[in-house]
Amino acid sequence: MRKKVLAVLMAATMVVGMTACGGKKDAEPTAAPAEEKADDAAADDAAADDKADDAAADDAAADDKADDVAADSGSGELIKVGIINNDPNESGYRTANVNDLKNMFTEENGYDAQFAYSLKNDEQINSAAKFIQDGVQYLLLSAADTAGWDSTLKDAQDNGVKVILFDRTIDADESLYEASIVSDMAKEGETAVEWLKGQNLDSYNVIHIQGVMGSAAQQGRSGALTEAAKSDGWKIVEEQTAEWNAEKAQQIVQTVIDRGDEFNVIYAENDDMAKGAVAALDKAGISHGVGKDVIVMGFDCNKWALEELKAGNWNYDGQCNPFQASYIDDIIKKLEKGETLSEKTIIMDEKGFDATTITDDDVNTYGI
Amino acid sequence: MSGSTTKNKSSFIQILQSMVSNQIFIPIAALLLLALFNLIVDPSFYSITLKESNDGFSTLQGNLISILDFGSELAILAIGMTFVTSASGGQDISVGATIAIAGSAILRILCGDNPRPSELQAPIFVAVIVGCIVAMLFGAFNGVLVSFFNIQPMVATLILFTAGRSIASWINNGQLPDVSFEPSFGYWGTYIPGVPIPTPFFIAVVCFIVTGLILKFTTLGLYSQSVGINESSAKLNGLNPKMIKLVTFVILGLCVGICGFIKVSRLSQINYSVIAKDIEMDAILAVALGGNALGGGKFNMTASILGAYVIQFLTTTLYKYGVSADALPAYKAVVVILLVVFSAPTVRDGLSNFWKKNFGKKAVKEVG
Repeated sequence: MRKKVLAVLMAATMVVGMTACGGKKDAEPTAAPAEEKADDAAADDAAADDKADDAAADDAAADDKADDVAADSGSGELIKVGIINNDPNESGYRTANVNDLKNMFTEENGYDAQFAYSLKNDEQINSAAKFIQDGVQYLLLSAADTAGWDSTLKDAQDNGVKVILFDRTIDADESLYEASIVSDMAKEGETAVEWLKGQNLDSYNVIHIQGVMGSAAQQGRSGALTEAAKSDGWKIVEEQTAEWNAEKAQQIVQTVIDRGDEFNVIYAENDDMAKGAVAALDKAGISHGVGKDVIVMGFDCNKWALEELKAGNWNYDGQCNPFQASYIDDIIKKLEKGETLSEKTIIMDEKGFDATTITDDDVNTYGI
Repeated sequence: MSGSTTKNKSSFIQILQSMVSNQIFIPIAALLLLALFNLIVDPSFYSITLKESNDGFSTLQGNLISILDFGSELAILAIGMTFVTSASGGQDISVGATIAIAGSAILRILCGDNPRPSELQAPIFVAVIVGCIVAMLFGAFNGVLVSFFNIQPMVATLILFTAGRSIASWINNGQLPDVSFEPSFGYWGTYIPGVPIPTPFFIAVVCFIVTGLILKFTTLGLYSQSVGINESSAKLNGLNPKMIKLVTFVILGLCVGICGFIKVSRLSQINYSVIAKDIEMDAILAVALGGNALGGGKFNMTASILGAYVIQFLTTTLYKYGVSADALPAYKAVVVILLVVFSAPTVRDGLSNFWKKNFGKKAVKEVG
C-alpha cells in the first residue's frame, strides 16, 4: 500500500513538474491524459514508476519539439537537414559519398545535419519517420531499395518536409520530392555495354556478377547487359548475385571454372566483385586484361581499380560519381530563396575508362 | 538356417538403429545425400585438375577443393560455437561482426595510419596475434555479459552484432586498407607457392587437431557439458560455471580471430559491411546439423565440423547448378525445418514407435 501511494505521489509530482516547466498551451491537453494514465497504472502495480516515467518523457519530448519548431521559424539560422544514406562501409564509393556529404553539411555552411545509415530499406524508413518527427526542413535520401517509399514521402509532404533524392532514384510519384540528383545507372550500364560491343569479340560468353538484387545500381547495370545479350545473341554463362561481396564473387567464378564452362568476359557490377572474380581467375591460371583471354569489367572507379586498369590487368571501369553534395547545396539554396527548379532530375556527368587509354591524371582525378 | 537369417536381420536392424541414434549420423547422412545427388546428376562435379596459376605455381582446382577451401572459416567457427552452445545453452550471433573487427585490427597493424602503405608496418605474425587478442577480448566481453550478468547469449551478443561493423570501420578511421602489394600476406588466404592445396584448409586442420588434443587431454569438454546440462549440480560438484562459460566465449573469440585473418588474406583487403556477412547463422546451423542440442549440454565436435562442410557443400552445389544466391537462404531454411522437425521429441517418439511396430515386433515374433 505504501508503495502504491509513493508511486502515485511520484507520478503526480512528475506531471506537475512537467506542466510547470513546459508552460505551453499545447502541452496541457497531453499532460492531462498522462496523469490519468499514471494514476491508473499506479493503482495496478508498484512497477508503475516506469510507466509514469515513460509518459513523462514522451511529454518532455513533445515540448522539445515545440521549442525547436518555434526557434526555427523565428530566426531560421541553421537549416535542419536529415540525411539518410547507405552504410558508409558498403564500398569505397559510399565512403567517398558520405565524406563528401559530411564536409558539405556542416554548421559553418549553415546546416544542422543529422545522419542515418543503413543498408536496409525498413531501417531507412524508420529513420525517415524519426527525422520527420524531429522537424527537419529537408530530407536527403539515398534509398536502399527502389520500392516502398510512397507513404513515408507523403508523410514528409504533409509535415512540410522537402525531400531531395540523391544518388539513387525510387519508384514514387515525382510530386512527392523536390529534386533528385542521380547517377543514371542505366546509362552507366549502356556506356559499359557499348564499350563491350566495340571490342568486336568473335563470341561473347559473359559471367555476369550482380550487386544486391533490387538496388538501382544493380537494375541499371544489369538492364543494359541483359538487353544486349538478347539483341546481339551474347551468351550469359552465369548470372548470379554476389551482393557486392568480393568473396562471394570469387566463389561464383570459381564454380564456373570448376564446371568447365567457357567464358571470355567478366561483367562485375562493382570493383570489389571484379577483384574477387580476378582472384579466382588468377588461381586457375586464366589470363585476364588487355589482349588476354578474359575481359574484366568493373564499376565505381576506386583508385586501386583504376591502377589495375592502368597496369592492364582489367579492361574497363565505369564511373559512378559520388560527389553530389555541391549539387544538393545548390538546390537547397535556391529553394530557400523561393526560386523554382528548372529540372526535377539532375543527372551527373559520368565516364567510362578503357585500360588502353587511361592516363595517370585520370587515376588521380577520378579515383575514389 | 531360417534362425540364423533372422538373427542376422535383427542384428542388422540393431546396427542400423544404433547408427541412426548416433549423433554423427545426421551430418553424414546429409553429406551422403548431397554427394549422391551430385554423383547422379553430374559426376564431373568430383573432377579435380592440376592447373598452373597466373603466378606460375601449380594449384588443385575442382568443386571438392573449393568446398574444403571456402568451408574452412565456417568449420573453425563451428568449433567455438559448439563450445559456447554446450556450456551456455545459447549462441553467439556476433561472430560475423567480430570477424570484421579482427580483420580490421590485423590490417590496421599491417598498414599503420596509411591505408595504402608501400610496405608492411609490422610482421604478419604480430598482426595476427593482435587480431586474435582483440577478437578474444570481444569474446570475453560477450562471455562476461552471459556468465556474470546472466544475460541470454543471443541478447548479449546482439550488442556486438549491431555495433561490431561500425567498430571495425572505426579501427581504420573509415578507410579501406589494402595490402595486395605484399604477396606473402595473400598466401594465407590462397596458396603457398609450390603447395597445390589451399592454405585455409591447412589452418583449419591445425585447428581441428588442437581442438582434438584439448578435448582428449583436458577436462574442458566434460566441464562445459556438465555446466550445460545442469549448472547448479555442476557448481555443487566443485566447478565454476561462470568461468567455464567465459572460457568458451574466449575460445570462440580465438576462432573468430583466425577466421578474420583468413578472410582478409583471401583478397588482401576488407569491406566492413559485407565481410563474413550472415556467417553467424551458418555457424549456428553447422552446430545444429551436427545434431547438437542447441539448448546446451552434450556435444559432438566432429559432427559440428562435418556440419560446416555440409553447408559449404550445399552452397557450392547450388552455385554449380546456377541457383540464384538470393535463394540460398531458402534452401538453408528447408534444412533447418527438417532438422527441427526430426529432433522434436514428439516426432522422435512417433518414429521410434512406428519403427517398433513394423520391424521390432516381427523380429520378436520370429525369434519367439
